[in-house]
Amino acid sequence: MDKHNPSKDLFVPVDRAGEDSEKISRPSLSFWQDSFIRLRKNVGAMIGLFVLLFIGFMAIFGPYMNEYDEFGQDLSRAKMPPKVEGLGWLGMDGTLTSVQTAATVEEAQEKALMRFNNQEEFITTTVLTEGGNGQEAEVEAVYDVYGAKNLEENFWFGTDGLGRDLWTRTWMGTRISLYIALLAAAIDMVIGVAYGGISAYYGGRVDNIMQRIIEVLVGIPNLVVVILMILILEPGILSITIALTITGWISMARIIRGQVLKLKNQEFVLASKTLGAQDNRVLRKHLVPNVLGLIIINTMFTIPSAIFFEAFLSFIGLGLPTPIASLGTLIDDGFMSLQIYPHILLFPAIIISLVMIAFNILADGLRDAFDPKMRE
Amino acid sequence: MTRYIIQRLVYMIITMFLIATFTFFLMKLLPGTPLSAADKLSEEQRQVVLEKYGLDEPVPVQYFNYMVNLTQGDLGISFQFDNREVTTIIMERIGPSMTLGIQAMVIGTILGMLLGLVSAIYHNGFLDYGSTFIAVIGKSIPSFVFAGMLQYFVGVKLGWFPVALWEGWEYTVLPTVALAIFPIAIAARFMRTEMLEVMGSDYITTAKAKGVNKFGVVFKHGLRNALIPLITVLGPLAIGLMTGTLVIENIFAVPGIGEQFVKAINTNDFPIIMGTTLLIAFLFIFIILVIDLLYGVIDPRIRLAEGE
Amino acid sequence: MEKLLDVKNLHVSFDTYGGEVKAVRGVNFNVNRGETLAIVGESGSGKSVTTKALMQLIPMPPGRIKEGEILFEGRDIAKMNEKQMQKIRGKEMAMIFQDPMTSLNPTMKVGNQIMEGLVKHQKMNKSQARKRVVELLELVGIPDPENRMKQYPHQFSGGMRQRVVVAIALACNPKLLIADEPTTALDVTIQAQILELMKDIQKKTDSATIFITHDLGVVANVADRVAVMYAGKIVEIGTVDDIFYNPKHPYTWGLLGSMPSLDSDDADLYAIPGSPPDLLDPPKGDAFAARNEYAMKIDLEEEPPMFKVSDTHYAATWLLHENAPKVEPPEMVKARMKGMATNTSSSSSEGEQV
Repeated sequence: MDKHNPSKDLFVPVDRAGEDSEKISRPSLSFWQDSFIRLRKNVGAMIGLFVLLFIGFMAIFGPYMNEYDEFGQDLSRAKMPPKVEGLGWLGMDGTLTSVQTAATVEEAQEKALMRFNNQEEFITTTVLTEGGNGQEAEVEAVYDVYGAKNLEENFWFGTDGLGRDLWTRTWMGTRISLYIALLAAAIDMVIGVAYGGISAYYGGRVDNIMQRIIEVLVGIPNLVVVILMILILEPGILSITIALTITGWISMARIIRGQVLKLKNQEFVLASKTLGAQDNRVLRKHLVPNVLGLIIINTMFTIPSAIFFEAFLSFIGLGLPTPIASLGTLIDDGFMSLQIYPHILLFPAIIISLVMIAFNILADGLRDAFDPKMRE
Repeated sequence: MTRYIIQRLVYMIITMFLIATFTFFLMKLLPGTPLSAADKLSEEQRQVVLEKYGLDEPVPVQYFNYMVNLTQGDLGISFQFDNREVTTIIMERIGPSMTLGIQAMVIGTILGMLLGLVSAIYHNGFLDYGSTFIAVIGKSIPSFVFAGMLQYFVGVKLGWFPVALWEGWEYTVLPTVALAIFPIAIAARFMRTEMLEVMGSDYITTAKAKGVNKFGVVFKHGLRNALIPLITVLGPLAIGLMTGTLVIENIFAVPGIGEQFVKAINTNDFPIIMGTTLLIAFLFIFIILVIDLLYGVIDPRIRLAEGE
Repeated sequence: MEKLLDVKNLHVSFDTYGGEVKAVRGVNFNVNRGETLAIVGESGSGKSVTTKALMQLIPMPPGRIKEGEILFEGRDIAKMNEKQMQKIRGKEMAMIFQDPMTSLNPTMKVGNQIMEGLVKHQKMNKSQARKRVVELLELVGIPDPENRMKQYPHQFSGGMRQRVVVAIALACNPKLLIADEPTTALDVTIQAQILELMKDIQKKTDSATIFITHDLGVVANVADRVAVMYAGKIVEIGTVDDIFYNPKHPYTWGLLGSMPSLDSDDADLYAIPGSPPDLLDPPKGDAFAARNEYAMKIDLEEEPPMFKVSDTHYAATWLLHENAPKVEPPEMVKARMKGMATNTSSSSSEGEQV
């Protein structure tokens, strides 16, 4: 240690008055400010949010961006591949491709032309393998469908087996999914939170009865309930709504009940009651703010599973009746001609996957942001 | 412990009874009968058909008969396939469903646990981000979309495995993978969270302070404690798989219960719908019971509390 | 006396989102063979981090030993890799943790948890290890060890679990035992039992002990020497007598003043105002200055060096500088010191700079 001598006049007491040794050195952030700052820093969650905003925008305005409507059928333009000017490099050039093999190049070429009804002027063939020496010849044929059918307008996502425009139908289907998302969230918030909250807050007999009801409902697999309900009610948006309403709120109610029970017995609530706070005030000032994070997180996790459930039901034929488009029914249609016309499956599959991924990532981000254990 | 099991079994029977009753009366509300409008039958012929299905009796008698038959494992006769018992149809088709379900469950949970474990050990590292990404994708993409991708890319484009049907082991590969992605994702996420929590707990520090090496800390002290809560998600996982088989069997044309169920829905074959619903409900309740019991076997705290 | 452990200029930091938290900022101390050193200080003063760093048990990352040496029998532990540390942990150094309810593995039998170290470090086979476990459980005062070792932690009470934790630490006869607030989480009556056990073990074994606590009553009971930590630094270090009867640092005065005692008749306790500084951004000068009623201008400018009070007693406060005004401890603390030091001769109050 250096042995220098500091100057003498530094050895005078400092005036302590006016200084505040109790001052808090870090700016105080409310729970919400802190959470939102953390959420904003989460790149994944922000990407998820923007993807959802974009998809939401397209679901609202997408169907009006071209002149085709959801149900307009025209078999002459059935199963058109997608075509967007300038996006040819993405494969959206309005052509179909087929690779045919045969013993000789000529035979393969013939087969390739046959594949597309011999409309030779719109087919370009390329020889991939010459063949010979026991090897089979391979010929690739590219068929310009738009040219062959003499269509001027483009179908951005192509058309389905009945010639309906998939762009419009996909975005209309997305509307259904987003409606389900809002619905699931609302059910969770209203029924689940109220049920769980009342059950836990009033306790005693009320709690006892309400919990017995939940136990019965939980014992019945919700897949079974939903299927039975829909069989009775005829498939449709209303029956899906009712089916979700019956089963959707249970896990939220249980989580909220658990949390409120825990909070109710904590000292700060007790202290507030001792100081004469009314039920109303205890609920508003102490319980709600402390469970709100949990409610948001749980809602965010319910949404993707509700969207999945609707798509699943539509897929197995219990969801929306034809001709209404939902992502589930569109994907179901897509499977019928998957091998030759994969585009029918592709676009709704991409959209539903994006919606699900975005909701899941956003939910993860919210959980991280609201989890007070992570607070430093 | 025995008392506990008996108590649980009694509850299980009560729940099954309630579900069966509920299902029966719901079915009675439905407009469907074995006779479709297209069949032009005389009044006498109608009577014969209704008698065959026991539909000529008053509803309470029908209910009583149904319940009695149910206890004997008789689920009635299919509307669609004449003279075919629902129980027989289900028994014929349970094999492929079980094969798929068990393969997907075993492969899925094991792979998922490994992924989660890797995530936790290399927390915030490259491997962690990689396996978290796989988990998010796996949890998000619906199984039928994933099945479509597998069929198109692996089945059609690459031609590695058959696209559909059920004629041998290689036919199980794609549907199993399509089903397994969900348990992989769920198990990986859960394992990661649990393992991180366990690895941050005091007894892990105690183990490290004893000089136990990393392998011992992770596998001897960490894994067992992280596995206990993992058992709780096995139930929802199994149920998720049951839901999954409904669509996957259809997509891959697997002659299983799920495929039959969807067919029955589309043809209003109520005895089959009811039978399958009861079977799903039974499996659901049974799995929850098994998992609760398993929990007791693995966690000494619960095991001994029950024993004392 | 031979030095077992010599810690030189130890710095430990944690890298957080907010920046680098300097939890330990240049700590120097040593532990001799067979002696007990107590480290006291408020929560967050860095006492736990210091000792965890000795065994490299701080989570890395975010933690890291930034600089300094930890010489254990002459070998620098701070530079050792994980493999080398595993040979030291449990064998040469062992640790007793604060909360017995969470520091035992709930799914492993108690006997196996004690055995683990024996099998690893002493290459014992199962039956040898089992015999040693019975011995250890007897040593820590657990009746019926043969049967108890086959039980799980949840079948033990808190005090009994802490005895098991002690047994785990003692398993391989470590040269240095680190007890991190071993009695804090226990009931008062159980605290006394565990303290008695610790003292008893000190007599029976020749382990040196580092005893971390914020309870000065415990310190007087078990320690040979005391180090007082504040904001990641040792502010005063000396023998128990030095610290209790002749404290020099205003922070030590505060700690002594805030300790309730039965023989002082005044009802008030002396409270140190304010709270410890944020180690994300430690203040310039003396970290204690903001809470120090004797603070001088120099305290806000420059950090005080360690002043030597006697051969065994050092303190880091500018009040010991020759230019500083004479400051007496507050009356209340003096009374308390007097109460404790009725027959102790007071050493020189004038310090010299080291």
